[in-house]
Amino acid sequence: MNDFITQGGFAAYVWPAYGISALALALLGFWIGHEYRQAKAKLAALATLERDAP
Amino acid sequence: MNARKRRRIAFVVSLLLGGAAAAVLVVSALQDNVLYFYSPSDVYAKKVSAGTAFRIGGLVQKHSVKHDSGMTMKFVVTDGARSVPVEYKGDVPSLFREGQGVVAIGRLDGAGLFQADQVLAKHDEKYMPPEVVDALKRSGEWQKGQ
Amino acid sequence: MPSLFEFANPKKFMDLSGVLLPWLVAATALTMAAGLLLGFSTPPDYQQGDTVRIMFVHVPAAWVAMMAYGVMTVASIFGLVNRHPLADIAARAAAPIGAVFTALGLITGSLWGRPMWGAWWVWDGRLTSFLLLLLIYLAYIALNDAIENETRAARASAVFAIVGAVNLPIIEFSVQWWTTLHQGESILRKGGPTIAPVFLWPLFLMALGYTFLFFVFWTIRIRSEILNRRARTLLEMRAG
Repeated sequence: MNDFITQGGFAAYVWPAYGISALALALLGFWIGHEYRQAKAKLAALATLERDAP
Repeated sequence: MNARKRRRIAFVVSLLLGGAAAAVLVVSALQDNVLYFYSPSDVYAKKVSAGTAFRIGGLVQKHSVKHDSGMTMKFVVTDGARSVPVEYKGDVPSLFREGQGVVAIGRLDGAGLFQADQVLAKHDEKYMPPEVVDALKRSGEWQKGQ
Repeated sequence: MPSLFEFANPKKFMDLSGVLLPWLVAATALTMAAGLLLGFSTPPDYQQGDTVRIMFVHVPAAWVAMMAYGVMTVASIFGLVNRHPLADIAARAAAPIGAVFTALGLITGSLWGRPMWGAWWVWDGRLTSFLLLLLIYLAYIALNDAIENETRAARASAVFAIVGAVNLPIIEFSVQWWTTLHQGESILRKGGPTIAPVFLWPLFLMALGYTFLFFVFWTIRIRSEILNRRARTLLEMRAG
């Protein structure tokens, strides 16, 4: 377990590499998901508008 | 395929060729500047004058690393054909080892000794767990760095 | 007739991608979990020690960065030659994703270079051409955003993307053409890989996981853009 944390003395390089990768990909995922939900909501709102007001 | 589409394809091909031609021109104009380091043979062939800053790369010759008093160390960079002695003061990276690739940044002094300001280790493309290396060494199939 | 062709394909894309997406997400999660599990159970490398694990996130990021550009170039060629709106959307959607993977390749490489080479950064052929890839991505995104007219933006950025593709072989072969500090090719080389299987497996699984993740992100971005364009068409119909 201790070996896992210290990474043979390279913890200062190994963990940031994984941390930054995970964080960047997660943020990218959130942004892309947000974009998608926004697009969906906009289209749904327009479709209701279309149906209610002829 | 109609004429319009053929024209568009010709346009795309011309873009690719144009990009490639531009790249070839730029790279050939840069010539030696694209090389990150000179090998000891290059240093002899080009007759690099003393005092000119450049990078030298090769393997650290076996049994050539000598630590003087204090932080100063000496080693020999070789490419098999030619070799250049290097003097350096400071810490070396953890990959720095005899028989391993190395790049030193600095200049030649009047005596033909390379005075390095910085020493970088060059990693080869081999990835192996220590047990495999031990097994290879035992079986005599291990030729490190050569 | 051509207008029908143009309308039908985005719809087909929405249907097909809607079915495929959950499977793609599952494949991403599975390969990445397996890759991480294997990656953290390997012994340290005989020279790099535990920093060899940085390779398991560095190499896949660099691979996807280049693959994404390749995908963008192919989509750009289809956009220019076939004038298909879906191709324009696909090319544009790939750029920010590719840029993030390129940045990750640079950052993780730097975190490996400091302890191993002794430098965060060097201006050798491989590192410089890879930094150029990031700049090309950013310029592509800026160009695409700067032109108001959708079709004109797509044409101009497609031309830019295709010319910029010349950087891909430069990155790939930089370590053969010139002397570089960056090591040579370990996997796709004559005589087979020089990576022991114990490292090759996590590297392969992570690369596969990163590739799947790219396609997940790319697909969702294409879907968002199709929905946005539908909304715009609806608005224009109301206004007109």
